[in-house]
Order: sequence, then structure tokens, then C-alpha cells
Amino acid sequence: MAGKPARVGGTDTMRGFGLAGVTAASLLACSPLAADELRIGFMSTFTGPGAILGEQMRDGFLLGVEHAGGRLGGVETRIVMSDDQLKPDVARQEVDKLIEREKVHILAGVVFSNVLMAIYKPAVESDAILISANAGPSPVAGRQCSENFFSTSWQNDQTHGAVGKYASSAGYGNVLLLAPNYQAGKDALTGFKRHYGGEVAEEIYTQLGAVDYSAEIARIQAAKPDAVFAFMPGGMGINLVKQYAQAGLTDKIPLLSAFTVDDSTLPAIGEAGLGLASASQWAMDLDNAANKRFVEGFRDRYGYMPAYPASQGYDAAMLIDAAVKAAGDGFEDQDKLREALRHATFESVRGQWKLNQNHFPINDFYLVKASKLEDGTLAMTHGEVVFADYADDYAGECGMKW
Amino acid sequence: MDPILLAVQALNGLQLGVLLFLVAAGLTLVFGIMDFINLAHGVQYMLGAYFAATLTGWTGSFLLGAALALPAAAAAGLLLERLVLRHFYDRDHLDQVLATFGVIYFVNEGVRLLWGPAPLSFQVPAAIDFSVELFGGATYPAYRLAIIAAGLVVAAGLFLLVRGTRFGMLVRAGADNPRMLQSLGVDIRRLFMLVVALGAMLAGFAGLMAGPLLSVQPGMGDGVLILAFVVIVTGGLGSIEGALLGALLVGLVDTLGRSFLTDLLRLVLAPATANEVGPALASMLIYVVMAVVLVVRPTGLIPAKRAS
Repeated sequence: MAGKPARVGGTDTMRGFGLAGVTAASLLACSPLAADELRIGFMSTFTGPGAILGEQMRDGFLLGVEHAGGRLGGVETRIVMSDDQLKPDVARQEVDKLIEREKVHILAGVVFSNVLMAIYKPAVESDAILISANAGPSPVAGRQCSENFFSTSWQNDQTHGAVGKYASSAGYGNVLLLAPNYQAGKDALTGFKRHYGGEVAEEIYTQLGAVDYSAEIARIQAAKPDAVFAFMPGGMGINLVKQYAQAGLTDKIPLLSAFTVDDSTLPAIGEAGLGLASASQWAMDLDNAANKRFVEGFRDRYGYMPAYPASQGYDAAMLIDAAVKAAGDGFEDQDKLREALRHATFESVRGQWKLNQNHFPINDFYLVKASKLEDGTLAMTHGEVVFADYADDYAGECGMKW
Repeated sequence: MDPILLAVQALNGLQLGVLLFLVAAGLTLVFGIMDFINLAHGVQYMLGAYFAATLTGWTGSFLLGAALALPAAAAAGLLLERLVLRHFYDRDHLDQVLATFGVIYFVNEGVRLLWGPAPLSFQVPAAIDFSVELFGGATYPAYRLAIIAAGLVVAAGLFLLVRGTRFGMLVRAGADNPRMLQSLGVDIRRLFMLVVALGAMLAGFAGLMAGPLLSVQPGMGDGVLILAFVVIVTGGLGSIEGALLGALLVGLVDTLGRSFLTDLLRLVLAPATANEVGPALASMLIYVVMAVVLVVRPTGLIPAKRAS
């Protein structure tokens, strides 16, 4: 469809309420800006196919707020939900509104890299701090890194790099690569190749949003690689994995992927996805107390399995909670809040929390595989550590010191 | 070029073509007979998949789910006709495009509210979830063969309906000269309604057949709609034969282009350039073919004989 007309973006304060069960009193602050309250603009994608990830991230974040007693860092917390509609221009307007009208102290969320790039400059040049709970495009980790930007996820290439490293260590000497023909697709294959030592059988680029992969699957059958690496986010991945299994290839040519088979797509992929491998810094079965509390609380409250964006949203809430607590009365001062965020310590669901110089986390990446839990639910469970203390590959280009 | 790969890709192209034909048939009939541009036709495809996925889940049987989904899809088409389309038959094309474009938004969001944003689980029925060994050791999913067979049967049935029945005669007459038909005393509104319902059911059938291959999610009809328009413009507006020819052409060109274009370009270009150009060109190939067809035959390959 040619450019859909942009709807007037609604700053949707209502969304959070019913679903989150955060105490209404903490959210329903009166309109004139109250002093001593922490104001957070949470920007995510709530319309279109990307809404699956957007709602996961929101639910994870709000669960974190709830686990912090509805008051992050012990202060009144007001959260304004905002829908970027996966449209950079809409996101830009929404961010202006959040900064100028709502005067938020923190902007958090952001699922997609193109949205993050659109709001990055106005956000980091404002009086607010920007915290990405998902998107991690290379410029903000490298040359354009900013003291006012933090990540609770990863730099995009890391997951691809971890799968590449796994492909090498698993002995796949000849891998065929598959991605949609757009910037993130090309970056994904670059990221994979950076840590993969074997031969590349072929690189196949498909149309972004393609639904039928029969032609590509026939090419894979003909090329007979040792394994396939695919980056097919969202619905594309569901299509690909189902069709790959129907062609009878799943057992013959292992399908490795990144952001393709995950806890958000597995329910739709079904058993066709069982056994497929990917890499992640988080899995629902990581054995630490924070993660247990998160996963159990999440499934209890929302009735579905959290995926990686939910875990990162939860960590964002925990990071803010810890930092505001540490900053004390100074949380409204950008410099003090930044220092507190840099040195915050909290129990991350990924098992460790350590920030690199460029404000991206350093942590282990695990091999994760689609498996069936004892109760019959499909979920990504973790295996060996593929990359220990993986710092992203662009941190060296960022000159920030602290 | 590997002949086995070529044969498998031709089958893939045929299968895509058959699905596109099912969607395009309704679109071209509605346009041919009523001179009505129905952008909301793509949502019928999505609804077919959603109905089938839900009903299959409830009944536990793909066949039963599909059998119930077809009348549900037709009913959705009738509802749409009554609520929106019929108020725009006499308006100009721009009004029709705006109204039915709005319907796309409305139904996509409605589906998201009703079923949630997450894609539905809709699996290939276990009975035909296997691969068939073809010539030369290549394997092919049985379900895709079933789609080709079912699609061809429906296409044959549609031709019998249009060529051999009174209803079909009226449809053809309506495509050729709707005003004359009306002045002969045929209730053309009722005919319109039936055609919309038939088109909705065909698109729904395409959606339910494609559902197990795909991610059943809001907006899944949008891309198909564009392809269906390419099909009917290439094939000739208003004609079923044109839609069939156009659909097979688009299916084959798209599939073969995606499989072989990069390799072919490597023969004449440097490998790196071919890798850049190939995928981009492959995704535009059907539009290039459409443009060429329109230059040579501005009314499409087999246009309806329309009296102006």
C-alpha cells in the first residue's frame, strides 16, 4: 500500500491503566505538572503488525513498575503512553509533545530502529534521558553515542554476531544467508559474518514483507548448505519457518535465525519451530531470582509468555527504579539522573547488569532453542553461553568517557 | 540452469498464480460489472484466513472449519456491501477508493481488537502435512499441491458458472453493458450483491487455503490486494479469462524472477553488482511486465468487451 495517511497521533494515557493494574493514584496525577513526580514518556508501537513486540515491551515495563510498588525509586510516577505507529514522522511529533508538553524526565521504550533514529536527536538534545528497551542501531552505539542515551537491550548486530559465532563453533562450514532487502537485513548479515568463520554458500535477499518463500526454499534445497541463517522479523519469520518445515527441511538443513523464532512468534509458528536455534541475552528459563519473579509475574498477569522485548522493558523499569532511588531528591536534575543511571545496580533478569562506556549493556549471549515446556507451552529455552561478556562491536567508535 | 529447480519453481509459480486468481476473480468481476473499485477486497482474504483459523480451532477439523468459513466470508462480503459499498456505486472512482480504503483501516484494526495483534496459529491439517517426492529426488509439500488442485477446481467451477449458467450470462452481460441489462428489467442491485458475495467467498477461500502457509495477522490482505490489482490490470479489467492468465503470469514471473534473476544477471554484470541489482529488480519484475503489457495492449491481455 502506498503511504498510508498518518492519523493524528494520540498520546494514549489510557492504555497503561487497565492492563497494567498500576495503582491509579500513582498515575492519575492532575494535569498541571506536579512537583516531585517522576514523569516518563513510554513510546512503543501499538498499531500494525509491530504491535506484538510493542505490547510485549509495554507489558514488561508496566510489570516492572508494579513490582516497584507503582512508584519508581519511591516517588510518584506518571507514565504517558505514546504510540509511534512504526512511523518515524509520527514518532517525532509524539516525542516533541512528550518533551514540551508533558515535560517528561525520561523517554523510554522504542521497538524499531528507524523510529529510534528519527527521535534520537531531539530526545538526547532535550532535558530528558532516552532509554531504549529494544532498538539498538549502530550509530547510537558508535559515532553518535550520547550521554543522554541508555540501552537496556543490545546493539542490533550483537544477536546476529552471536548466532554467527555459534554457527562456527557448531561446525557449520557452509551457511546460506537469508534476509529482507533493506538496511536492517543487510546489517544483520554483516553482523553474522563478522563473527562467523566459515564459507557463505549464498546470500539471498527477499522483498521486505514477503509472504511466500517457496522460491527461496527451492533455492536452499538446490544449494544444499550445511545450515541456513535467517533474519526474518515478525510475520515474515512465521511464514518462512512454517513453509520451511512444510518443505521437510527442518531436520535436513538446520535453520538458525535471529529475531525470527522467539517467544512472540512461537505461538503462531507452532510445533514447526521446535528445536530451532537462535541467540539471546535472555531466556525465560534463565536461573536467577529476578527472572523467576518476572516470568511468573508476567504469565500470571498477562496470560502469555514474555518475549525478549518484555524482559528489556522490565529491565528498563528496574534501571529507572534503581537510579531514581540513588539520585534521591536530585532525580529531576538531568546530570544527577544520568550519573545515577550510569552507576545503578539492580537485579537484571539477564542475570547481570553492567554498562559499557557507550551506555550499552555488556552481558552473556546464550544459545536459545524453541522447546516445549512441561505444561505444553512452547518457549525459547537457553543452552550454552555462546559469547561471554559480549560488548558490542561499535563501542570503540564512541568517544564517551565516564 | 538446474532443470529440477526450474520445475519446482514453476510449480511454486503456479501455486502463487492460483491463489492470486482466486482473489483477482472477485475484484475483476466487481470492477467489470459495477465499474466499482473495491480496495476492501483484500480484507476479505484476511477474514477468510481468520474465520478458518478460528473455526478450525473450535471444531478441531480443517475441513469443517473451511466449510464454515466460506459462508462466513460471503456473509462478511454481504454486510460490507450493505453497509458501505452500495452507497458508492453511483459515485466516482475517487470516492470509492477513499471509502474502501477507509474500510481497510477499519477492518484491520477491528481484527486486531477482536483477535489481538499476535498472529494466529493455523497449521496444515495433519493428514496432508508431508512432502511428496517429485522427479529427480526433489521434494514438494503435499499441501501446496493441494492448493494447486483446489484452486484449479474452483477456477473450473467458476468458468462453468460464468459460461454455462443463467447467473453467469447475466454477469457477462453486466460486464459488457450494465445499462442495457438494467433496461431489460434485470434487478442489477441484486446481481451486484451476489457478485460481491461470490467475490468475497473466493477471496476468503484463497485466504483460508493460504492461511496454514502464512502468518495469519492483521493487514495480511494488503499486499495481496496490490498483487491482485496487478493481475487484473495485466489480464484485462473485467474478464475472468484475463484474471486467470494474468494471475498465472504474475505468479510465474514473480517466482522465477526471485529464483533466477540474480544468477542471470551474474552472466552480464560483476557478481557484486548482480547481488545488489538482482533482488531489487526481482521484486519489481511483475510491475515491469505489467508496464510492458500495458504499452503493447493498453486494455490488458484479454479485456472484457465493454460497451462505453
